[in-house]
Amino acid sequence: MSVDKQTVAKIASLARIKMGDEELERMVPELNGILNWVEQLGEVDVEGVEPMSAVIPNTLRLRDDVVDADPKTGGGKRDEVLANAPAAEHGFFGVPKVIE
Amino acid sequence: MTDLTNLGVKAIRDGVAGGDFTAREVAESFNAAVASAAELNAFIVTTPDHALAAADAVDAKRAKGEDLGAMGGVPIGMKDLFASHGVQTTAASHILEGFKPEYESTVSQNLWNAGAGMLGKLNLDQFAMGSSNETSYFGNVASPWRKEGSNAAMSPGGSSGGSSSAVAARIAPAATGTDTGGSIRQPAAFTGICGIKPTYGRCSRWGVVAFASSLDQAGPMARSVEDCAIMLGAMAGFDPKDATSLKMDVPDWEAALNADLKGKKVGIPKEYRMDGTDEAILASWEQGKAWLKDAGAEIVDVSLPHTKYALPAYYIIAPAEASSNLARYDGVRYGLRDLPEGAGLQDMYAATRAEGFGDEVKRRILIGTYVLSAGFYDAYYNQAQKVRALVARDFEQAWGECDLILAPTTPTASFPLGSLNEDPLTMYLNDVFAVPASLAGLPAMSVPAGLNPDGLPLGLQLVGKPFDEQTVLDAGLAIQQRSGFEQAPEKWW
Amino acid sequence: MSDYRIQGATGEWEVVIGLEVHAQVTSNAKLFSGASTAFGAEPNSQVSLVDAAMPGMLPVPNRECIRQAVRTGMAIEAEINQWSRFDRKNYFYADLPQGYQISQLYHPLVGEGQLLIEADEKTGIPEDKIIGIERIHVEQDAGKLMHDQHPTMSYVDLNRSGVALMEIVSRPDMRSPAEAGAYVRKLRSILRYVGSCDGNMEEGSMRADVNVSVRKPGEELGTRTETKNVNSVRFVMQVIEYEANRQVDVLESGGTVDQETRLFDVATGTTRTMRSKEDAHDYRYFPDPDLLPLVLEDDFLDECRASLPELPDAKRTRYESELGLTPYNARELTAEVETFARFETLLTATAEATGKDEKTVATQVANWALSVAPGVIKSLGDDANVEHATAERQAAILAMQDKGEISGGQAKEIFEIVLKEGREPAEIAETEGLKQVSDTGAIEAAIDDILAKNEDKVEQYKGGKDKLFGFFVGQTMKAMKGKANPAVVNQILKDKLG
Ligand SMILES: [Mg+2]
Ligand SMILES: [Zn+2]
Repeated sequence: MSVDKQTVAKIASLARIKMGDEELERMVPELNGILNWVEQLGEVDVEGVEPMSAVIPNTLRLRDDVVDADPKTGGGKRDEVLANAPAAEHGFFGVPKVIE
Repeated sequence: MTDLTNLGVKAIRDGVAGGDFTAREVAESFNAAVASAAELNAFIVTTPDHALAAADAVDAKRAKGEDLGAMGGVPIGMKDLFASHGVQTTAASHILEGFKPEYESTVSQNLWNAGAGMLGKLNLDQFAMGSSNETSYFGNVASPWRKEGSNAAMSPGGSSGGSSSAVAARIAPAATGTDTGGSIRQPAAFTGICGIKPTYGRCSRWGVVAFASSLDQAGPMARSVEDCAIMLGAMAGFDPKDATSLKMDVPDWEAALNADLKGKKVGIPKEYRMDGTDEAILASWEQGKAWLKDAGAEIVDVSLPHTKYALPAYYIIAPAEASSNLARYDGVRYGLRDLPEGAGLQDMYAATRAEGFGDEVKRRILIGTYVLSAGFYDAYYNQAQKVRALVARDFEQAWGECDLILAPTTPTASFPLGSLNEDPLTMYLNDVFAVPASLAGLPAMSVPAGLNPDGLPLGLQLVGKPFDEQTVLDAGLAIQQRSGFEQAPEKWW
Repeated sequence: MSDYRIQGATGEWEVVIGLEVHAQVTSNAKLFSGASTAFGAEPNSQVSLVDAAMPGMLPVPNRECIRQAVRTGMAIEAEINQWSRFDRKNYFYADLPQGYQISQLYHPLVGEGQLLIEADEKTGIPEDKIIGIERIHVEQDAGKLMHDQHPTMSYVDLNRSGVALMEIVSRPDMRSPAEAGAYVRKLRSILRYVGSCDGNMEEGSMRADVNVSVRKPGEELGTRTETKNVNSVRFVMQVIEYEANRQVDVLESGGTVDQETRLFDVATGTTRTMRSKEDAHDYRYFPDPDLLPLVLEDDFLDECRASLPELPDAKRTRYESELGLTPYNARELTAEVETFARFETLLTATAEATGKDEKTVATQVANWALSVAPGVIKSLGDDANVEHATAERQAAILAMQDKGEISGGQAKEIFEIVLKEGREPAEIAETEGLKQVSDTGAIEAAIDDILAKNEDKVEQYKGGKDKLFGFFVGQTMKAMKGKANPAVVNQILKDKLG
């Protein structure tokens, strides 16, 4: 599988990274180099192998249904949450107007 | 008085506790060393006041006869991937420039709780993507080491290159690192220091800017195995805020350190003998075997048949996870926003991300986006996760025959900055020996093995069973005692 | 089979409907953070660092959300997957701080289940029908965008961001707006029985994505459209009606239906293409590496099962078979949690007050609960304080009626006073003289008087004009000012008239 400029443009758009023509052209051989190289994985016989789902055998721990049990992961932090926002207005995050 | 900046973690901690010097004196010495080493570009921001405040707190405690903590009085460098409350945290990216978290990462908080102080935020490859420290928005980090007879700036390795450079240059006694596919071990090897990546889940990922969640692990970088054991003990621990955190007690690794390896079997994986591996590296591997044998270990040959496929699998899995982890950098809630005239929301995202991410980050996001996209998921991502399972299975089978694996950390010694930039693949090959342990979540350490004919450090890698950091550290100590590696780079900065 | 058809120029069209219902899981805290889920808070006041997707933040799942989804799955007789996991659904939008939604695609928590919708002549559902449910998965809700507060900006409120949702995905088994409406109502009822969702559609606790396609009967499935976030049963039905007709028009004029996401406009009752979702088709799902596989132990499942209440279908069947209620009454009483809860409390209280068993008084209580009491409450309008209508008071009224102490009319009058004034029924009956006379002496005297005054009619009755019996009853009741026990009146009249 190799990608052409159009495909790279599509991926860049999907990833929301604006790329000019020149940058797209530069990316094509770089991405193809990497993709061609990773495709050697196709050689590996993975018959009956489950994809890895946990690096260290372990299952998901669940937490209790308690509000603000840990202040670090609780709510009521409007100021902290908005502190670094490029456009915080009236307690909201501002973004360019969206038409749904 | 001796130059305090020559001391490591244990010596500082014990010296402060014993009243040989104050924590403040230590902090002042290192603050000065940091200030005089701007040429290394190891720090993105320095925080001398933080180091002093922590030192004063330790000195005050001592005056009251209170416990000073496992890292009491030790100022350290903090890789700028760990969120620091109120201190700019950037992951060496433009997109996070100016971001000051309203929270502290669990690992860094653990260190402060143990009495450590912060000298500053260390430079790294942008979002930890890189093996040479050339992808930082804040400029390359230089290694304090140079080839004999050359003034060319060398790579300190990456992504924890600010950490490795600072510790090797003795402007910090120790530093935090993170390792996704070798990012602690490779820079440690390049700069002649120690670094251990513990078992996946030992150190909380909460508050650490994510690169590839299933691989990222924090760990210490310091100049001795003992120092690593002390600092890892302070960093590690169960964190209910991280669902992948291991709910296990943290052993007292420092107390249990034992360089006598009698009864231990050390596996030598034949697949690590790859084409293109440097002669000096192979020689140091042989030397390592001899040292471990001398320490009482039995050397056995083992096979890790899928080793060759670990790196390509990594270069699917890590970018895939990264492409998703980095989607949050969109200019809405924090960080850079680029809003061209008349741009809509989606245009703002695209402009912000184009402006805020460096080339290597973009490259990996694109790869990750591609391998997850409709129609390719099975062929790439799922296949890679199956291969990953096989890589892990190789190790499990090897544990039937040995307790520990010895291998080189890297296929070559450090290289001049700018020399491997032509082709991303050449750069990726740096981590060929480091990545398998990452894919399998195993504890792995690099310890210095000596210098190559160019006078550059080489590292030996020890990979252990899950949760068995102790054996890794013990073997590291055995090597350290035998290599007697104490060389420091000559100061040129 | 539904015979709902769209009449097109080229003939009849059948509508195929599938629903993805998003139901907010009843929990105190969010799915992956400790922030509160309470409705109506100040913007961004219930947002944690995790919900705002700050760098380095990680999700840790809330057990209660998992538990409620499992119980819901059990309530629709679904397979519960003891091994499931969370996946990331990647797309960029201002209401999605992480740039992905944590959801479940590959291994959902709940598999194949089903739901019964009942025959209802009124709405055009000729017979009971089973609607297949493909899966239930658990996922995060998104934040909210406000578009009308600033001329050039939209505002983002993340209070809802990270609230737990169950997405309940039906099979495309519905064939008419009525069936879809019945499905949503039934699903809502089950969720509320189980207690896993409050079913409050106005507050957005339940929203449906409505998938509609049309085809000529017997042909292959057509291309579907998905209309997002429809938040009432009526709107769901409107969307189907509108979309089906629109698609028929498109197809009959030679066009093709685009597989797309649409938006419902409440004001006009129409749907339109959703611009913001136009290119969001490649979600790049993959397992969330921040979350390990979710493995449910047997005792967790046992507790979920043991804590399930009797569900609407079982309850309805039991009301018919054990309590002898009519199918209509059984269905009405079991449709909503509040209704059956009130009924069962009243039934118990009435059985106690009358000293009879529940089955004996069930029909009386059912009629009271479904028609008599609501009628009185309605007629009083704002004058009624329903809090006064405790089960004990209503049971006391029903018991007096059962014993013949009061008539049906008196029961209503007493209930009116209860509702208005909160007094006790026995005291009202006494003080207000709202009691029947069962004293045979007084009734007999009144009847003797009436028979004496109407000898002609007595003759006619005895000559076979049976209808006059009612006349005598009426006269007696009138003489007794309506307070005579009708049963006693009937009996004495029968005796006297032979
Ligand atoms: Mg949907
Ligand atoms: Zn959904």
